[in-house]
Amino acid sequence: MSVLVYTESDKGTFKKIALEAASYAKAIADKMETTVTAVTINADDTSVLGNYGVDKVLKVNDSNLDAFNAKSYASVMQQATEKEGAKVVVVSSSADSKYMAPVLAVNLNAGYASNVVEAPSNTAPFTVKRNVFTNKAFANTSIDTDVKVVGLSKNAFGVVEHSASAAEEAFSPSLPESTVNVESVDKVTGKVTIADAEVVVSGGRGLKGPENWGMIEDLADVLGAATACSKPVSDLGWRPHSEHVGQTGKPVASNLYIAVGISGAIQHLAGINASKVKVVINTDPEAPFFKAADYGIVGDAFEVVPKLIEELKTFKAQQ
Amino acid sequence: MKILVCISHVPDTTSKINFTDGDTKFDTNGVQFVINPNDEFGLTRAMWFKEKQGASVDVVNVGGPETEPTLRKALAIGADTAVRVNTEAKDGMQVAKELAKVVQDGSYDLVIAGRESIDYNGGMVPGMLAALLDANFVNNCISLEVDGTSAKAIREIDGGKESVSTSLPLVIGGQKGLVEESDLRIPNMRGIMMARKKPLNVVEPTSASAETASVSFEKPAPKGDVKLVDADNVGELVNLLHNEAKVI
Repeated sequence: MSVLVYTESDKGTFKKIALEAASYAKAIADKMETTVTAVTINADDTSVLGNYGVDKVLKVNDSNLDAFNAKSYASVMQQATEKEGAKVVVVSSSADSKYMAPVLAVNLNAGYASNVVEAPSNTAPFTVKRNVFTNKAFANTSIDTDVKVVGLSKNAFGVVEHSASAAEEAFSPSLPESTVNVESVDKVTGKVTIADAEVVVSGGRGLKGPENWGMIEDLADVLGAATACSKPVSDLGWRPHSEHVGQTGKPVASNLYIAVGISGAIQHLAGINASKVKVVINTDPEAPFFKAADYGIVGDAFEVVPKLIEELKTFKAQQ
Repeated sequence: MKILVCISHVPDTTSKINFTDGDTKFDTNGVQFVINPNDEFGLTRAMWFKEKQGASVDVVNVGGPETEPTLRKALAIGADTAVRVNTEAKDGMQVAKELAKVVQDGSYDLVIAGRESIDYNGGMVPGMLAALLDANFVNNCISLEVDGTSAKAIREIDGGKESVSTSLPLVIGGQKGLVEESDLRIPNMRGIMMARKKPLNVVEPTSASAETASVSFEKPAPKGDVKLVDADNVGELVNLLHNEAKVI
């Protein structure tokens, strides 16, 4: 009857979203007076999971699962759910988990709520709050099936530490035949990605051209941040499409989002609204982004950003 | 190749989001509805398959009569026929089950849906549909090529992209990248005239029921005014981000 959680790892190491998902599963388990079982796939050291509320780890080690495959991973999670008799399954909002969860929901005949931002307000009926209308509203959603799948929004619940240890058990589920085969993976290395970033520094057309992106990268470097851009910038080819954030680009749910030279079109705001703190640097005091921002500087980015980089370097040196 | 494009009928991005009936229903008053942006990329890619490879392209929506203008727009863009499943869309699973019946009845080879709709943002219909049909599935798809029954796709992953090979029958959760924004089509007058003559078939729903329900809605708490920092005092911003916002 435990709460099951899929704790994702990358090259054997748990991602922050996995620890957040485990923390969230623990919150549900406490409400339901039960325990938390985590499923790991090709993760190295799983002992850390006890520190985030996990009581038991089902360790899956299989080279056939080295490359993510939605059907195979959903099958692993289905078998784990059935083995544990779990009634609630928690996944994150990573690209892979959002790929897998709907397939898992069908396999389990489970209702599925994605983009969930809080612990359930009620467990009977099981009711969660989720982001809807591209972060412009919340829906309190009941899941009315026996088994429930919950997709947790990134950075919505946070990582909660517990001092406990988790029992480990090897788990060897059967795998379906793979019919979607990975040919190649082209992943950015050595850079913070938008998906994992705590801080995102984003540039818009106010930067006047791709030759001026050095200061965005310098600002990102000093903050350990990912770089991003507005849609016009990616459409103009100044930056790769993978950096476009907004409604039709990547969603951002960072702790800090710094927008430089971005006016704040509604489609852009829709994609970054889930960020906790927003800073805007723009020459135009009437830019709509100032209405959505927490902090702002009305000024020329070419003067403000270098000063900000220096101030941050001084601040970091003092820490 | 028979292609079915799933079309969500969604409020335009600039719509004011309000709720009625004690915050239990979305207020459609004064709201302009459009084709879901992620579906539009898929529809345009389907048009490419039609023009280059002779594919047939149908569009489908699960919804009441109010969604027909959105389907007509898809016909004006170039789809051959439209299907409307005559029932209110209640949740992802119910919609996926209704769509699965349409796919099976029409023997479609390729189903293209948007990765998510911009109203309920569930991101679940393409995956659920694939699972119900036991079809291959590629989500967050930013490139798709089909040769006979073989398909090559690229999907966006966190921090990069992944190339995959698979085969038909296939369901795609599509997004920007399948085509570029500049390639999106606006219906021209001829398309609009032709769309009036194209079939829009209304089919009755199965007995599929929803598994989740939006019990009530809330809007985020109003945000306070922006705190402006003088451009000559950038150090103050660092101070605020550290001591007040606690994000650095």
